[in-house]
Amino acid sequence: MSGIATADVLSAAALASIRADFPILGERVNGHDLVYLDWGATSQRPRQVIDAEVDYVEHRNSAVHRGAHTLAAEATEEFEHAREKVAAFVGAAPDEIVWTSNATEALNAVAYAIGNASLGRGGAAAAPYRIGPGDEILSTELEHHANLIPWQELAARTGATFRYVPVDDDGALRLDLLDGLLSERTRIFAFTHVSNVTGQVQPVAELVRRAQAVGALTVLDACQSAPHLALDLHALGVDFAAFSGHKMLGPTGVGVLYGRREHLEALPPFLTGGSMITTVTMEAAEFLPPPMKFEAGTQRVSQAIALGAAVDYLTGIGIDRIAAHEAALGHRLVEGLAAIDGVRILGPVEGVERTGVAAIDVPGIHAHDLGQYLDGQGIAIRVGHHCAQPLHRRLGTTASTRASTYVATTTDEVDAYLAALPEAIAFFRRLA
Amino acid sequence: MSELESLYQDIIVDHVKHPRRQGLHAGATVESHQLNPTCGDEITLQLTLDGDTITDAAWTGRGCMVSQSSASILAEQLPGLTVTEVGERIESFRASMRSRGEIPVDEELLGDAVALEGAAKFVARVKCAMLAWVAAEDALAKR
Repeated sequence: MSGIATADVLSAAALASIRADFPILGERVNGHDLVYLDWGATSQRPRQVIDAEVDYVEHRNSAVHRGAHTLAAEATEEFEHAREKVAAFVGAAPDEIVWTSNATEALNAVAYAIGNASLGRGGAAAAPYRIGPGDEILSTELEHHANLIPWQELAARTGATFRYVPVDDDGALRLDLLDGLLSERTRIFAFTHVSNVTGQVQPVAELVRRAQAVGALTVLDACQSAPHLALDLHALGVDFAAFSGHKMLGPTGVGVLYGRREHLEALPPFLTGGSMITTVTMEAAEFLPPPMKFEAGTQRVSQAIALGAAVDYLTGIGIDRIAAHEAALGHRLVEGLAAIDGVRILGPVEGVERTGVAAIDVPGIHAHDLGQYLDGQGIAIRVGHHCAQPLHRRLGTTASTRASTYVATTTDEVDAYLAALPEAIAFFRRLA
Repeated sequence: MSELESLYQDIIVDHVKHPRRQGLHAGATVESHQLNPTCGDEITLQLTLDGDTITDAAWTGRGCMVSQSSASILAEQLPGLTVTEVGERIESFRASMRSRGEIPVDEELLGDAVALEGAAKFVARVKCAMLAWVAAEDALAKR
């Protein structure tokens, strides 16, 4: 980590130093300096993360958890050390951290483990997790498809009923309806920590408390929180959580499933095969303890090690400082957007805790067209439904234009977007 | 002309402001609904046939200027064409759209669709331009 000031927020000098760590931020796009405001879709990687992966590949690459030669031992140690770093970063124990390919796979691992338990797999230990007709799975209208479809499908496979907490006209969760939706029948409550569309931080501790009061398991989509906010999964008390490496300065191809130890011990695995067994006969197999029980097949070793380096990088700056930086950027973004004629911000604006995410609808101008104009200015923002079709439909649109920040984002970049947006709107209004 | 202006040229804007053959009706022979899952753009295209000849085309949809103008441009030129002629037009348009600007749109064959040539330079917009044409192909395959 290059010299970072110790102030509570990131100083201009600290930010300049951080930006210098990201090679891609020096790119020119369509004749302009890149203004990257799509961190929420995928984050860029600092030199330290890129180097950690290359260094591993060049010097220690080998098969982990098998083989006894020196490189294999070093690789295994580094791979497991990365797990310890990630665990510490989110307030979990290392054996509660399962590597997956991405957050989607992590959420499916939970859904399929519970589905397998419902088929009788996992024996008596997994029996309490069985669900079926009469049981309910609760999610929300805010969800990314990754924390929605696996639960719809689990309900369809088991005969359980899928229900959801709706949002209001502003895109805020209708928590006033929660008591009517949560009951003794609710077995799973899956919800997001931070909406990838509205950027609003949800009251996780309260949602967990209310789910626990009816005995429901909680599954937290932490994809938009783990990278941006201090996360203490033990303190929050969630049963499962999922997040992805590539949204927190790490590589693609690695995601994380967190599961409380007792659940990972009791549940049957999702994927099966090599590397997750103790004894195999022609009739059956016995499985390793977690987390390896859930890590079938060759692991994404260099990616996990690079994710460990990303956690080091974030920790070196301080996640609280990053959160404060992004809260300030988020408010600047939302205030600026609210002042632009014809812009409708998706999600609640006033008095909510938010990250640096803001999606807008400009009635009469399609998000794809706006994005095209902005791209011409070197401004990379996301257009589309951001894998949240039901939320967009509820808010009366099919697509939105989303800007999202991270640790290396400057106020100048937010301002560049806020300056280009009215020009883009004017361009299309002139055509019309 | 900038790349942006070449994408949003007058013909495109005209078709967006004055969409041709928009609005579905009963009695069509075949229909196809196409959705671009990345942006949610939708086109529903209806074709009425008399033997191998298209006698009527109608569409509805929502989405960006590229997808909506392309639907209007296509629907306008379909009536009177045979199934074979439509297939030739779809293939020609697709080849141009996939060429990253290397193969110009055949104006003699495709008329106003020449205005969509700018979309071929933007890989992310090719799907927008193709949406209605894929709907036509799909609808005719159901014949």
